[in-house]
Amino acid sequence: MPALQEYKYLALRRVSQLSIMLLFVAGNLLGWSVLRGNLSTSKVLGVVTLADPYAVLQVLASRHLVAGEALAGSLIILLFFGLIAGRSFCSWVCPVNMVTDLAAWLRKRSGLDASGNPPVIGRNTRYWVIVASLAVSAATGIAAFEWISPISMLHRGIIFGMGMGWAVVLALFLFDLIIQKEGFCGHLCPLGGFYSLVTRFSLLRVRHSKEKCTLCMRCVNVCPERQVLPMVGRTSSAVTSGECTNCGRCIEVCGEDAMKFGMRI
Amino acid sequence: MPERRRFLLSMVRGIGAATVGGLAWTGLLDGTKASATILRPPGAVPEQEFLAQCTKCGLCVEACPYKALQLAVPGDERPLGTPYFRMRETPCRMCRDIPCTVSCPTGALAPSLVSDRDEQGRTRLNINLTKIGLAVIDRETCIAYWGIQCDACYRSCPVIDKAITVEYTKNERTGRHAMLAPVVHSGHCTGCGICEHVCVTKKASVFVLPRALVMGESSDRYVRGWDSTDEERMQDLPDETKTVTPRSEKSPLDYLNKGDL
Repeated sequence: MPALQEYKYLALRRVSQLSIMLLFVAGNLLGWSVLRGNLSTSKVLGVVTLADPYAVLQVLASRHLVAGEALAGSLIILLFFGLIAGRSFCSWVCPVNMVTDLAAWLRKRSGLDASGNPPVIGRNTRYWVIVASLAVSAATGIAAFEWISPISMLHRGIIFGMGMGWAVVLALFLFDLIIQKEGFCGHLCPLGGFYSLVTRFSLLRVRHSKEKCTLCMRCVNVCPERQVLPMVGRTSSAVTSGECTNCGRCIEVCGEDAMKFGMRI
Repeated sequence: MPERRRFLLSMVRGIGAATVGGLAWTGLLDGTKASATILRPPGAVPEQEFLAQCTKCGLCVEACPYKALQLAVPGDERPLGTPYFRMRETPCRMCRDIPCTVSCPTGALAPSLVSDRDEQGRTRLNINLTKIGLAVIDRETCIAYWGIQCDACYRSCPVIDKAITVEYTKNERTGRHAMLAPVVHSGHCTGCGICEHVCVTKKASVFVLPRALVMGESSDRYVRGWDSTDEERMQDLPDETKTVTPRSEKSPLDYLNKGDL
C-alpha cells in the first residue's frame, strides 16, 4: 500500500510520543516504574535519572548548583542526542510536536498557507531566545524558560493535571495556525534551538541521493525546517544542519527512494 | 548594502529584541516568584534556592504514598509546576523514610536537612526535624478558647505533647469551668498540617504557614537570664557594639533638645 508507506515514520513518531507520555501517566497514576517524573527530569525503571540539559543549563546560569544525579542525567541526554540521534527529541518525544503538526496540517488544508501571510519572525529568533533565557536566569536567579515553557506546561499538564494550562497550549496552536507557519517549533522554541546547536555533529542523518532525485520537491514541501535541505537535486550528501529534527517526513514522501536515514559519513 | 554591514545590523536587531524581550521576561518572573504562603515538601531548601533548583519533575509528588503533594498548575496562583501541600485537604503524614525528599534528583529537597545521627553516629533520616511550616492558632475562632471542650488538633498531632500542648486555666466567665486551650510550640512543630486537616471549625482555626512568614527573631543580646544555657548564644558576638540608626547619628543631647522626636 503506497499510501500507507507515506506515513510510516509519522505513525512511528506518534507511537513514540504517545507511549512516552502514557508511560509517564501510568507512572503517576498507577505507580509503574518504567518512566516516572516528566520530560524535565525523570527516572527510568527506578534506576537511571534523565534530565533536560537545557533546563539544567538555565539552573547553572542562575548561579545555583544542581545535584550530581540530575547533572549526570542531563549529560546522558546531551550525549545521546548530541552524538547519536540528532534533534529527534523534537519530533519523536516532545508532545508539543503533535499540537504544532496539527496546526500545520490545518494550515495546509484550509488554504491559510496559500494565502501567504508574511513571516512575522525569523528562524534565528530561537537562538536569541536562548541568549535572553540565560541572561534572565542570571538576572532573576531562577531558570527563566522553565517558568514560562509551554512545553513543560503541556507534558506536566498531561501527567499531573492541566489547570488553566490548556489556554497556553491553545494560544500556541493558534499562533502556529494563524500568525506564523511552523512558528513555535521552527522559529521560537529555545529548547529546539538548544538541540539544534548541540546536535550539529550527531551521527544519525537523512541522506540525499542526487542520482535518484526527480526534482519533484515533495521532500522540501513537507519539511518543517526546509532550510536544511539545500542539497536536494544538487549533490548527493547528508543533511548537516542541526535544525533537522530527523522526523523522516522527507523520506516517506519521496517516491524515488532518494532520501533515507543513514550516517553522517 | 555590504555584507558585513548587513550582518552587524542583524546582530544589533537581534540583541535589541532579546533585550526588550528579556526585560519583559524579568518583570514577568518577578511576579511568578512571589509565593509567601506556599508550603514545600519536607527537606526543602530555602524558598529562593528551591525556586531555582526545582525542575518541576513531580518525582516527589509521585513518591508520596498519600498523594498529599501536588504540582501547581496555571490557575492555582502559585509558582507554576512546583510541589506544594494543601493541608486542609491532605496533610503530610510524616513518613519515617521520607520518600518525597529522597526522590528529588536536583537537590531542591535535601535529605541532609531532615537527617541526624543515631546512637552509633550513623546518619539517619528523622522526619521530626522537618520544618514544612508552623501551625498558627486563631484564638478568636478556636472553640477551645471559647471554653467549649475540643482537643481535635492536640489528639491528632503526631508530635503530641511537644508540638501541641493543652493549657488548663480557669474559665473566668463561668467561674466554675476549665479552659483547655491548645498551644503550639515552634521547637517541635513540623508543620505537617494534620491539626489543620482535623480542625472542626468551618474554616480551620489552626493552620500551617511558612516559618519565615510567621516567626520573629529576637536580637542576639537579649538573654533569658533564667535559662543558664541561653547566654551561650552571645559567645561569638563582638564585645563592642554600636547601633547606627538615622537618629543615632546625632548625639542624644542634640536630638533631645531639638524637639523633633
